[in-house]
Amino acid sequence: MNLAIINFGSGNLHSVHKAFESLSSDLSNPYNIIVTNDPKEIQSADKIVLPGVGAFGDCKNAILNIEGLHASLEASVIKNKVPFMGICVGMQLLADLSYEFGTHSGFGWIPGEVRRITSSKEYKIPHMGWNEITFSDHKLFDNCEQGSDFYFVHSFYFRNQKNEHSIATTKYPDQITAAVCKENICGTQFHPEKSHINGKKIIHNFLEWKP
Amino acid sequence: MLKKRIIPCLDVDNGRVVKGVNFIDLVDAGDPVEQAIIYNAEGADELCFLDITASSDNRDTLLEVVKKTAENCFIPLTVGGGVRNLDDISRLLHFGADKVSINTAAVDNIDLVAEAANKYGSSTIVIAVDAKETAENQWKVFTHGGRKETNIDVVTYCNEVAKLGAGEILLTSMDRDGTKSGFDNKLLKAVTSKVNVPVIASGGVGNLSHLLDGILEGEASALLAASIFHFGEYSIGEVKRYLADNNIPVRI
Repeated sequence: MNLAIINFGSGNLHSVHKAFESLSSDLSNPYNIIVTNDPKEIQSADKIVLPGVGAFGDCKNAILNIEGLHASLEASVIKNKVPFMGICVGMQLLADLSYEFGTHSGFGWIPGEVRRITSSKEYKIPHMGWNEITFSDHKLFDNCEQGSDFYFVHSFYFRNQKNEHSIATTKYPDQITAAVCKENICGTQFHPEKSHINGKKIIHNFLEWKP
Repeated sequence: MLKKRIIPCLDVDNGRVVKGVNFIDLVDAGDPVEQAIIYNAEGADELCFLDITASSDNRDTLLEVVKKTAENCFIPLTVGGGVRNLDDISRLLHFGADKVSINTAAVDNIDLVAEAANKYGSSTIVIAVDAKETAENQWKVFTHGGRKETNIDVVTYCNEVAKLGAGEILLTSMDRDGTKSGFDNKLLKAVTSKVNVPVIASGGVGNLSHLLDGILEGEASALLAASIFHFGEYSIGEVKRYLADNNIPVRI
């Protein structure tokens, strides 16, 4: 079985790659983890992970600029219902649109918008560091404790149109979506690959997830 | 609630730790990767490597260290020291750094801050500022490891790099660095009260109450320390328990 980590040229995939490799190797039936932007490889993957660092518009354009990439993602995730996980901006891209440096359209896979976090003297931007989450009953949070800390770093957040799509929240200072899910599509605002033991649980759960 | 971060910093020279602690379970006390793994297990919130290798010819030794650390520690890793341009940043990120800290090069060429933030995202770019008090309540930026004075006001500079896209500021007091007399909390407060990005306090920690002061008086978002951890005076766990007992939100 293959798990494809999408490489569209956004920042550092090393930690994501190593984290998935390490957690997968503990499974009785490990995934073959590939880092790729090849539409063929993506279409034959059994699970897909989309990490993203940087600005929303840059990430979206970078994906559109790789021929066949966006179409292969749509075919796998929307048509073939392949389990998908977006991380950070990779999760925000699931929204309809974002207001980060202008207005940009997203994939539109989970209804909602990406907006700037309200900053103040007390609440610096980016929201950077370990913050606790409250989650609803979902496979992704198996064996996690309510109030566990995860590593966040972002200035914009995903405001879901439907509450049911937000499966975890954090507070900074207002309530912010920490994880989303709709059918076979999930995403985390925090970085599981940098969230130590709690992050490892999320990755393990995603690897075992059968939506 | 967002936690205050505790970040142990390792000075690395030619791929070896300078002033490392001899933990009981270390095979090689000079190996930065082994030290990083222990800090990670002890509950460090992030790790920081500062490359102090004098010759740029030998900088590649650090890349191997970064790579091995990233393979073993699933917490954010910041790497700095001798970062001059986008290629240097690219290389460090490629080998597994999560954030790269830029010091002198940002002072020499402020455009680098915006270029780096645009290319790699603000969250990846840490601007390290070495500050020294030159008149009462006035701090100037120093470069080249604190050897060279500039005429740049620290608060103004921090504001500028934040506007250009720096994700956070690593603020070191040259006056306090190595003195173990506590952070320069006036300097910290001057910056944290004016600048809208997180500030990491650095330079001067000698005991636990210094750390608490950096948060309460300096209002830092994160605390960086080297010697109190390296010499085994305090473990990360002790520091966090102390802060938690004093009602500071920390990740335990």
